[in-house]
Amino acid sequence: MSRLLQTPFLPSVTLPTKTRSSVTGFRVKPRIIPIQAKIREIFMPALSSTMTEGKIVSWVKSEGDKLNKGESVVVVESDKADMDVETFYDGYLAAIMVEEGGVAPVGSAIALLAETEDEIADAKAKASGSGGGGDSQAPPTAAIEAPVAVEKKIAAAPVAVKAVAASAVHPASEGGKRIVASPYAKKLAKELKVELAGLVGSGPMGRIVAKDVEAVAAGGGVQAAVAVKEVVAAPSVELGSVVPFTTMQGAVSRNMVESLTVPTFRVGYTITTDALDALYKKIKSKGVTMTALLAKATALALAKHPVVNSSCRDGNSFVYNSSINVAVAVAIDGGLITPVLQNADKVDIYSLSRKWKELVDKARAKQLQPQEYNTGTFTLSNLGMFGVDRFDAILPPGTGAIMAVGASQPSVVATKDGRIGMKNQMQVNVTADHRVIYGADLAQFLQTLASIIEDPKDLTF
Amino acid sequence: MQSALSLSFSQTSLPLANRPLCSSNAAPSTTPRNLRFCGLRREAFGFSPSKQLTSRRFQIQSRRIEVSAAASSSAGNGALSKSFDYDLIIIGAGVGGHGAALHAVEKGLKTAIIEGDVVGGTCVNRGCVPSKALLAVSGRMRELQNEHHMKAFGLQVSAAGYDRQGVADHASNLATKIRNNLTNSMKALGVDILTGFGAVLGPQKVKYGDNIITGKDIIIATGSVPFVPKGIEVDGKTVITSDHALKLESVPDWIAIVGSGYIGLEFSDVYTALGSEVTFIEALDQLMPGFDPEISKLAQRVLINPRKIDYHTGVFASKITPAKGGKPVMIELIDAKTKEPKDTLEVDAALIATGRAPFTNGLGLENINVVTQRGFIPVDERMRVIDGNGKLIPHLYCIGDANGKMMLAHAASAQGISVVEQVTGRDHVLNHHSIPAACFTHPEISMVGLTEPQAREKAEKEGFKVSIAKTSFKANTKALAENEGEGLAKMIYRPDNGEILGVHIFGLHAADLIHEASNAIALGTRIQDIKLAVHAHPTLSEVVDELFKAAKVDSPASVTAQSVKVAV
Repeated sequence: MSRLLQTPFLPSVTLPTKTRSSVTGFRVKPRIIPIQAKIREIFMPALSSTMTEGKIVSWVKSEGDKLNKGESVVVVESDKADMDVETFYDGYLAAIMVEEGGVAPVGSAIALLAETEDEIADAKAKASGSGGGGDSQAPPTAAIEAPVAVEKKIAAAPVAVKAVAASAVHPASEGGKRIVASPYAKKLAKELKVELAGLVGSGPMGRIVAKDVEAVAAGGGVQAAVAVKEVVAAPSVELGSVVPFTTMQGAVSRNMVESLTVPTFRVGYTITTDALDALYKKIKSKGVTMTALLAKATALALAKHPVVNSSCRDGNSFVYNSSINVAVAVAIDGGLITPVLQNADKVDIYSLSRKWKELVDKARAKQLQPQEYNTGTFTLSNLGMFGVDRFDAILPPGTGAIMAVGASQPSVVATKDGRIGMKNQMQVNVTADHRVIYGADLAQFLQTLASIIEDPKDLTF
Repeated sequence: MQSALSLSFSQTSLPLANRPLCSSNAAPSTTPRNLRFCGLRREAFGFSPSKQLTSRRFQIQSRRIEVSAAASSSAGNGALSKSFDYDLIIIGAGVGGHGAALHAVEKGLKTAIIEGDVVGGTCVNRGCVPSKALLAVSGRMRELQNEHHMKAFGLQVSAAGYDRQGVADHASNLATKIRNNLTNSMKALGVDILTGFGAVLGPQKVKYGDNIITGKDIIIATGSVPFVPKGIEVDGKTVITSDHALKLESVPDWIAIVGSGYIGLEFSDVYTALGSEVTFIEALDQLMPGFDPEISKLAQRVLINPRKIDYHTGVFASKITPAKGGKPVMIELIDAKTKEPKDTLEVDAALIATGRAPFTNGLGLENINVVTQRGFIPVDERMRVIDGNGKLIPHLYCIGDANGKMMLAHAASAQGISVVEQVTGRDHVLNHHSIPAACFTHPEISMVGLTEPQAREKAEKEGFKVSIAKTSFKANTKALAENEGEGLAKMIYRPDNGEILGVHIFGLHAADLIHEASNAIALGTRIQDIKLAVHAHPTLSEVVDELFKAAKVDSPASVTAQSVKVAV
């Protein structure tokens, strides 16, 4: 076995022309950085006749370690067992090009071996130039491009949110110095290349859990809270300038783009609000707000139509949410956030109103906890206060439906008994994920909602 | 083959033949029984031409001499034996005590078993049995949740869910059922089940509750309890041992498991299948110490890495505080070597699976001058208890977890049977190397005999060669039909004489597959013989068959992959 495997270990640097010509993807500059020193590549060995690629189980040595001939350097997984791969040359392990867990085709370089310590830097440049990742780009050519490639890497790096590490709210995280993340969250973060520092956890006691990492990777809203802290009121905008998104705006942007993957449709309804307006007038003095009334009415309707409160997470199934949490969109400086009225169907209207006031205050002070803005199962967006009579909302990823509420306006209405009268009416327009919620579902839901709003006595229970 | 036949013959048919003889008076019956025993053995061996068996026969003869000496002494004490309340008193009705009791009755002994808690002991009530119920659930959950796996079968399953109480009930119902079976089996045979904590008052004298009874021979089989290292506060809710975990009162989001041995591994399988995330805390530098390194490496790749599990190795949990007042469970980790603080974990629950401690307090050992070693009762290879002066205490034996030789339920039972064999006049030494062990993860891990490093060390010392045979489950038709090709079987053997030194299996139903190897080791069957045996096709048992066939016996220049070192 070992005899067979000695062959791939060839000094490669002596063949620059040949390898370069085989690479098409790189601009080849005439300038060649001379690498006279012996930098050898460590190749993925063929451990069996059928093996086409191998997985790095673990690196026995780390970068910069001195290697002696015959020492194990890396453990490679084959179809039957893990194999220790050893070196036939003395030298230094200069650069690891395929990380643990990575897969590389047989014969491709997985690491570089420098003969002397001085050459480690050269080898490193060479390695970064080839882009790592187990592809078999010819290193000499890549070396020329090294500085460019390195820059690119840096530019691409901030996929992860680096900002405001201190916002992690775990009590034991020592002000964000320590990251408290669940085992799976850590694994996912590594896989999805998300940096955990600076993430706000939504798990118990602010722990970072898997869905927080997924949300960031998918451009989700968890880090929105981080952003809230950063945003400084900037009423005046310098015209002609390009202003990069804040983190929150970036999250919104990604969420909006992600929503395009959901097949949505819309159903509208006109609801008469005379009775609701009368009720509102009556209990306004007790601190009840219109938003709370609308949220309560919606929640009661949702309770009768659980499918509208469901969502589709994996494309294969309905997720019927156990509680009805109505999220209400609120515009704040530089973005928007959706505080959540949890169990809106069960909480009485007075408590709900107080809760709403508290949430709005917290949102303005940028003190919302993750569970206070990311647990919504149905979203309300109301632009009625601006006189908007109808609009169309985009479905936030992870939920099944959003309702756009327009202004309630006096309208001339023909009634069934042939008379003409004045009534206050508002238009609502629901956007829903058609994978789980169908037209008839929405129609029935809206009918129920209309009957609740038109006869609102149940709201004050 | 032949030796297998003769042994089973002697063990099953003999006691039946003898039962009427020894029921009334033990003393006169011993001698004829031995004669007859040997006679039968001789008959069985008469068929055998193999030289292996002749050496066995020699052993038997020498054994007979010993036995007849024992028999004459017991014949001298015949009058005395009548004055005892029982022939055999067993303290502890766990699996070890139960195995001993059943065998004792079969041998015609008047037997009593003392139990201070519930019949069945740890295994039935707080160990192997309920954990298998939980693992049966976790195995199915794992399968149903594995969309890729189901798709490969062409099956469609909608989101699998579980009811925690239902799962917990399955475990407790199983324990109840097995406990009743155990109790009934002993009652049916006429074993006296005495309730109360047993203690040894003096030679051949035992106290339980307020009663004092005498027995010709006494077996201590008091078992063990979960070991909790100091600094760890167990509250039974958020910081728990296997005793609590088996009740499955909660499925925490995040549970730390201290110790990555059998118990820890099995629970990690259960908890991750039910949706928990797991953090292992292991004091040694490697997870799953005690397993063959190659098996533990593969097991880590299948059972740990792809699951929602992370781990800290080379650390001790120096302090664990249960969750209180809205605070999570706090775990302080220190470096196992330097003892310097390393990290703090905050988790929802912690399971302490750091092994088990013998339950030998209050046994009255001081009355007979026995000094325990870390709680374990010192015994010789025949389970005879050794006192503080290094002398054997006559008529007192200790089996199972309490002696610490091999802390497995079936080992305790085997030791108990071995003791009964001895007290009924047949000398017997249990070969612990032939006792298999299994870990019921998905897939399972099983082993018997030596690990590769142990075998190599022994080979070095004794100057023989060691070879390794390996086979993959990927090559087994039945495993592939089940879409469970992940797995490895490995045999360590002597190429010069074909002796099996150890077999390690990781893969589907590994726990059931190991017995062909453990029986071969117990019976001394050599590879060159067993490799000719036929296995039904297609079955998983062909994995083991493959091992036997892959072995190169009698060729010192073995071509099998001895070293997997490979160069670049």
